[in-house]
Amino acid sequence: MLRWLDGRLGIAGLARKSLKKVFPDHWSFLLGELALFSFIILLATGVFLTLFYRPDAQLVTYRGPYAPLQGQEVSAAYESVLRISFEVRSGLVMRQIHHWAALVFVGSIVVHMMRVFFTGAFRRPRDVNWVVGVVLLLLGIGAGFTGYSLPDDLLSGTGLRIAYSVLISVPLLGPHLAFLAFGGEFPTEGIISRLFVMHVMLIPALIIGLVSVHLAILWRQKHTQYKGAGRTEGNVVGKAFWPQQVMKSAALLALTAAVLAFMGGLLQINPIWDFGPFDATTVSAPSQPDWYVGWLEGALRLFPPLDLTLFGITIPSPFWPGVVMPGLAFTVMGAWPWIERRVTRDEAEHHLLDDPTDVPIRVGIGVAGLIFFGLLTLAGGNDVLAIMFNASVEQITNVLRIAIFVLPASGGWLAYRIAASLGNNKSNLLGRKRGVKLRRGPTGGF
Amino acid sequence: MKPERVVAVAFAVSIMASMGLVGVYVSGGQAQAEGALLGTALGGLGVGLAVWSVGLLPSRTRSEEREPLSSDDALVDRAEDDLHPSDITRRKALVRLMAGAGGTLAGALAIPALSLGPRPGQDLFTTPWTAGARLVDPEGAPLRPGDLVLDSVTTVYPEGHVGSPDAQTLLIKVDVQDLEMPEDRIAWAPDGCIGYSKICTHAGCPVGLYRAKAHELLCPCHQSTFDVLRGCSVTFGPADRPLPQLPISVDEEGFLIALGDFTEPVGPGFWNMTGGGG
Repeated sequence: MLRWLDGRLGIAGLARKSLKKVFPDHWSFLLGELALFSFIILLATGVFLTLFYRPDAQLVTYRGPYAPLQGQEVSAAYESVLRISFEVRSGLVMRQIHHWAALVFVGSIVVHMMRVFFTGAFRRPRDVNWVVGVVLLLLGIGAGFTGYSLPDDLLSGTGLRIAYSVLISVPLLGPHLAFLAFGGEFPTEGIISRLFVMHVMLIPALIIGLVSVHLAILWRQKHTQYKGAGRTEGNVVGKAFWPQQVMKSAALLALTAAVLAFMGGLLQINPIWDFGPFDATTVSAPSQPDWYVGWLEGALRLFPPLDLTLFGITIPSPFWPGVVMPGLAFTVMGAWPWIERRVTRDEAEHHLLDDPTDVPIRVGIGVAGLIFFGLLTLAGGNDVLAIMFNASVEQITNVLRIAIFVLPASGGWLAYRIAASLGNNKSNLLGRKRGVKLRRGPTGGF
Repeated sequence: MKPERVVAVAFAVSIMASMGLVGVYVSGGQAQAEGALLGTALGGLGVGLAVWSVGLLPSRTRSEEREPLSSDDALVDRAEDDLHPSDITRRKALVRLMAGAGGTLAGALAIPALSLGPRPGQDLFTTPWTAGARLVDPEGAPLRPGDLVLDSVTTVYPEGHVGSPDAQTLLIKVDVQDLEMPEDRIAWAPDGCIGYSKICTHAGCPVGLYRAKAHELLCPCHQSTFDVLRGCSVTFGPADRPLPQLPISVDEEGFLIALGDFTEPVGPGFWNMTGGGG
């Protein structure tokens, strides 16, 4: 087989080198693979679903087996998802695996990014790949949101409606942007087919392209590794690509798929027949989006009423939490390697990872960010929290409005102190002299 | 147990589960069984591979040298030279012109994107409500003030536009004595039949919940709360503007009619909403 290929491509040398390529052996390096494998499962189940789904807002009369909706006028899109769920054999399992895999996909990207952030793996030369990763996170959220809107049920229609309202809030351009994106004033019939094209073609193509770039850069730059005996900036220590790493990855792929299959079969998700078809004049309560959009929903809920009108130009308040905040968040995230370099003036290449406690200030900032987004996500369910804690939505919202300022700062500061003292202890144990990093002030300067 | 045995058992379990999966499919399909069997089949495969990779493969650690990524300066310089091979006179100007041509072409090709949607025009400023339009319930039946029960809420539309997304209006019957609003606005609520746009001024959700006791309308999306007796001013939540009030009157046959469209845009805000469009 290899001889046959080599006779045509001359790859024996490359194959030898590649098969022996070293992969460091650490569980945290599998988080990115988890994202990749969830994506593969998304593609596989997604192709199946595409064969049965109809991206069509035309009204039809439901005549399927789900009795409560019998005879009701629903969109062809909604009807086709009901058909997938109740009539297509193994359709429901495929649909539920697809939805769970989407949640795991975005989740594993986020956890993978946390690993990369706290260990400083984003530093030169991997700053490039960090940016690719941030764009992939954006695309992942976009894929999730467009897919979530396709069944044309009441809940997803609510999400679209809010997206439209955020888009229309952009000063000067908003109404034009919203009309171009939706094809007119909300609700429009054409939006379903547009979302469909984005969800099954544009976004997956971009993700596949960028994942390829992500992996090619990784292959070229070689892996980072944690500090340890025999590990230096000049080598990579670990297991060979073949057979060890390939076997391990294959096992992870199968196990990821296994867990998602169990979830898809046993745990109900997005029962659109309970939500009912989209109707512009009703909305269900409580309504929550998928988890990775929760932070945006929470920001909209927490932001105070603050429509500004200056010189006849109104800036509706959803503009700030809906456009400015996420824009800033992703800009800071994408630019982080350069921001940190500005402060530390550390231009060097790094292939050895930091122990998170080596750089307490980074731990502090990272934890503060996580608390911030965590609180926003909680705020996205303020009505559910109100029921859980038997409080009024007003009380929960007001508490969160204060917490969003207090907790990230104090939590970040606490994390900074803990990381610093852990780092100190470790240095003392190892008998090291107090290094430069320990004199770093809380602002990150020296 | 020896790793070989574990691997063999795991793969055997996987095979049986896969066969079971086919069985379930053939016999009509059942979501839970399919998920569990598919999970077992994949899980058996995964466990087998994992035990194989941990227990049966040589655990030898390798070390690989890392060549520096950056090339030496001279090579970079030569590559730079290769990139800009000739010394054309006025190269800079020509390159700029080429970039200009490319950019202009890109702009021209982007124009068809405008086909994606109409210009907003007056769409955001108007709804199907017109002077004299009767208020009808979701079944299309016109309403008299006497048809409404005190503290009840009905979604109404202009006659002929049932289901219209931007005309949807909440008609609430209150005691006129309780209204604390300017006289001219109270005049828009004959017999305490007061109408407000149902579309939230924050993010456009239908304001679907009415707390009759407190006379509050609550938007289920982001919990904006509006005081029905005070012109639907915002008492809580992220909305900043009251729900627009529909001017209502009664025609000679005693049916509720609109005196005209809403006097301000309904729904979520946009930059020129106070300008009246154009």
